Amino acid sequence: MSTPRAWRKPAAIANPVLRYGLFVVVFAYVYWAIASLPINWERVTQGLPRAVRIFSNAWPPDFARRSLMVSGFTESIQMAIIATLLGVAISIPVAIMAARNISPMPVYTVGRAIIIVARSFHPVIVAIIFVKAVGFGALAGILTLTLYSLGFVGKLLAEAVEEIDQGQVEAIRASGAGFSKILLYAVFPQILPRQVGLSIYQLDSNLRASAVVGVVGAGGIGGTLMNAFRRFDYDFAFAILIVLIAIILVSEGVSGRLRRGLS
Amino acid sequence: MTRDATPARYDWQRFTLAQRLARFVAYLIAVTVVVWAVRTLDIFWPWVWSAPNEIADMFNRMSPPDLSRGDEILGAMIETIHIATIATFLSLFLALPTAYIAAQNTTPNAFTLWLGRFILVATRSVNTIIWALLFVAIFGPGVMAGILAIAFRSIGFTGKLIAEAIEEIDRKPIEAITAAGGDKGKIVIFGIIPQVLPTFLAVTILRWDINIRESTVLGLVGAGGIGLILQGAIDTFQWRTASTILIAILVVVVLGEFVSGALRKRVL
Repeated sequence: MSTPRAWRKPAAIANPVLRYGLFVVVFAYVYWAIASLPINWERVTQGLPRAVRIFSNAWPPDFARRSLMVSGFTESIQMAIIATLLGVAISIPVAIMAARNISPMPVYTVGRAIIIVARSFHPVIVAIIFVKAVGFGALAGILTLTLYSLGFVGKLLAEAVEEIDQGQVEAIRASGAGFSKILLYAVFPQILPRQVGLSIYQLDSNLRASAVVGVVGAGGIGGTLMNAFRRFDYDFAFAILIVLIAIILVSEGVSGRLRRGLS
Repeated sequence: MTRDATPARYDWQRFTLAQRLARFVAYLIAVTVVVWAVRTLDIFWPWVWSAPNEIADMFNRMSPPDLSRGDEILGAMIETIHIATIATFLSLFLALPTAYIAAQNTTPNAFTLWLGRFILVATRSVNTIIWALLFVAIFGPGVMAGILAIAFRSIGFTGKLIAEAIEEIDRKPIEAITAAGGDKGKIVIFGIIPQVLPTFLAVTILRWDINIRESTVLGLVGAGGIGLILQGAIDTFQWRTASTILIAILVVVVLGEFVSGALRKRVL
């Protein structure tokens, strides 16, 4: 008899060529990517002492300029609320357009295109464009967050519309109702719970996003934070960050509880 | 005079009085909050009314897209994808240990559990662009700051989902390994990793898709990628170049989503 063999774990990828090939490809890619990126290693190696200096400047956090913080956060919250309302309102017709079971093909294509475009751009990119188009301030932020909400809520709501029970639609149609009656009595009641949940979720994510669109001048606390960083006021920036994280946590908690309560 | 002998008609109502009151209060709060937000927000209303014209004007100036800087844009787009990919890769090495200590059933003690959870929450709550501001201040403007910003931002998302997967694993293989005399390391390698591997791969691919979108903004604070060129084009009013860049971003993001969707279907 041959020597007893030790048990070996079966590999996740059975084919050894594929398994090791994948490793080689991944490492080759990472090497190539890092080598091709313009990284200034000299500057990077200076990072550690700089980090120490920044963090020692940031401690203790400086909460003295409270009024500046309060006005910044209030504006962020207001932007988030208004944008959620507008975004959710616009997302309903767009979601109807982008539902394959309700809309004819040309309308569906337009609806999907709107959602894809709205979803593909990061809010900050949209914000710089709106800042150029309508000027600095909360208006640009609201427009940005509206588009952001439209993309997210529109997509999930369209999926909700596609999953509705067709029986009710047929029943309403059989009673001689037109398109608007079908929407009102067969479609909306079925997507309403989803819609409310999504709106609450979106309010939470708009609040997060409203804190960053200010970095490019679209109003809210982001602008205050950016200025603090630019002026090397790291202790004030750190204070803003702490409050920001606290607000996001509270908002996430409230949003989660409300959504659980509704469902 | 005849009196109706039947008792008061019972009208069916969908909600009880308490439910109706609760709904009314909820509506009232919602309306009050919105009115407060609109009334007190510092908005210059003439700008609101002129906004549609301004936006239409901008679109006019953007078309047709100017392809003359196509090579430069393509190069920056590839750089952006590199940033997203390397950052996703790096975030795994940071997220895995964090997930291990943030999962209730694998964490060594209560302190590490809360430390793990704190790291997950803090990294997730700070937006990419704020991480980028910080890393630009530390490591100077450039790709390195961008990679670290994306990687740190990803820890919370991937770590949280992996920690949840670890908490949901089947206990039996672990008991079997313990019974066979396996130590902690063996439990992790043979008991935990095989069970969370599919989730792990799916989460990684999903995050890579999100990271491509996120890495397009890094350039706005000087952390590399396509954002740098976009900001430059917008600041110098080269709207037709800007629209080319936006189209490039759109194409890459949609492709990324497609690739990620196809890959996730394969691993799950």
